[in-house]
Amino acid sequence: MKIEGHAVCLPADIDTDQIIAGRYLRTKDRSIWKRHVFEDLDPDLAEKLHEAVIVAGKNFGCGSSREQAPVALKEAGVRAIVAPSFARIFFRNAINIGLPLAEAEIPCSDGDMVEIDLTAGLITVSGISRDIRPLSPRMLQMLAAGGLVSHWRQKR
Amino acid sequence: MPTLSERILAGGAGEYVDREVDRAYVHDGTGVLTYETFRALGVTEVSHPSRAYVLFDHIVPANNSTTADLQHELRHFARSSGLQFSDIGGGICHQLMGEGIALPGEIIAGADSHTCTLGAFGAFATGVGATDMAAIFASGMTWFRIPDTIGLFLSGTLSGGAEAKDLALTYVARLGMDGATYHALEFIGDGVSSLSMDSRMTICNLAVETGAKTGVFYADEVTRAYLLSYHHETAVQDPPDCAYSQEYTFDLEAIEPVIAVPPRVDTVRPVDEMTGIPLDQVFVGTCTNGRYEDLFRFASIVRGKKVKIRTIIGPASKNVLRKAAETGVLSDLITAGCTVLPPGCGPCLGAHMGVIGEGEVCLSTSNRNFRNRMGVGGEIYLSSVATAAASALKGEITAPGGVV
Ligand code: SF4
Repeated sequence: MKIEGHAVCLPADIDTDQIIAGRYLRTKDRSIWKRHVFEDLDPDLAEKLHEAVIVAGKNFGCGSSREQAPVALKEAGVRAIVAPSFARIFFRNAINIGLPLAEAEIPCSDGDMVEIDLTAGLITVSGISRDIRPLSPRMLQMLAAGGLVSHWRQKR
Repeated sequence: MPTLSERILAGGAGEYVDREVDRAYVHDGTGVLTYETFRALGVTEVSHPSRAYVLFDHIVPANNSTTADLQHELRHFARSSGLQFSDIGGGICHQLMGEGIALPGEIIAGADSHTCTLGAFGAFATGVGATDMAAIFASGMTWFRIPDTIGLFLSGTLSGGAEAKDLALTYVARLGMDGATYHALEFIGDGVSSLSMDSRMTICNLAVETGAKTGVFYADEVTRAYLLSYHHETAVQDPPDCAYSQEYTFDLEAIEPVIAVPPRVDTVRPVDEMTGIPLDQVFVGTCTNGRYEDLFRFASIVRGKKVKIRTIIGPASKNVLRKAAETGVLSDLITAGCTVLPPGCGPCLGAHMGVIGEGEVCLSTSNRNFRNRMGVGGEIYLSSVATAAASALKGEITAPGGVV
């Protein structure tokens, strides 16, 4: 599985309240989440996420278990997230909704092209390649299917 | 020897396993997305309705018609599928599961990050997202990567103005906000036996603030007696000598009242260094500190006095509220000038009832002080109940001064 996108750099410990604030959760209208993603952090960030790869510091997605957080990022056009570590509920949620994650430490400058090869476990930025922590076969299958729901439906 | 998590999940750290889930629960916040995803799976029936719980706590009663419509739909799903259902006013999901439902040795999944609270009972209890929960509702199973365990050795007893919350904030600060990512915490040592079940739930509640999957206590005589009061005969779980990936020790005598400074739970300072910060609101409640023990402690400090600033009390459950009513705690709180909310999460998530305004400062007994969580532009300091009570009386951050 290969993914490519321009880097959007973020700091460490981004919590799910920052990704999508609690006040926007009570709805089924996904376009609302996409519009308000990262609003309290930087209101202009949402527009930059189209076809982007987020490159963040450690512990991305900590805090509340809200699955609306990875959904909001995916809806906003994020193609993958790279961070040295993820909060575990966020990690599961992202894979379950088909948003690829890569655990790796890479330098980031906004706009750099980032290439991720999940199957090979490699990430490449400005010609420099790094290893990423391999995903389990089940997670790779889930991502390839586009998330848990389609994976489930394929199996039955 | 295996750790408690390894024992319950029946495997070694690092292994991926598929396991039956003994209890699975959602609340009104995560339930809607769970239900939608469940439908998307193409499944028509919940596999084990007797093990699936829908517990309304986040925005109760509903604050507007959008919330009301979503709750209406979820309520219908719960009732028509024969799920275990608690409507508005019942209480916070983790508290309800801790009132004689969660049992030692069980595997529990909740669609909420603070599901780790139930580790207090010697269960492996962890938070999952809505899609995972939909699959659990559909199949009764989920997968786990068995975590490595960090051992936290407790000795002595809490003294002075310090309480379980101070220990909890202290260990979160020591481990850091991601110090236990992908790990489980185990609380062991001779200091455990002096901690009540209410206190253990407070301590386990904050495990996720270190990134941990769960935090567990071995079920002992205190657990047994507590569960016996709910008519459950349970066995104790003896802690063996385990190989922990890291070990920390905490002398409970040395724990002092502390405050978590916004916007991070792991920025913790002694209350003594923070005294005098003016407050607009005090909030006592949540799945961290809304239990009877907490309301009792608060009432015993403010009894016969008046709070100086707006003070909101959110009982964690109907049972907590009823007991507070029966013992006179409730009338002490009201007489002291507190506002008492219906059982539920209240202002904790900044959705309704007690939202703070821009530039306002709240001292809260909850577990998260992230930026804007209780209202845009507001700041949240976290403390114990005794510190909250002393501070409510003065209108500024105040040390509890051993008055308990
Ligand atoms: S009280 Fe707060 S932390 Fe606990 S479940 Fe409710 S919203 Fe979450």
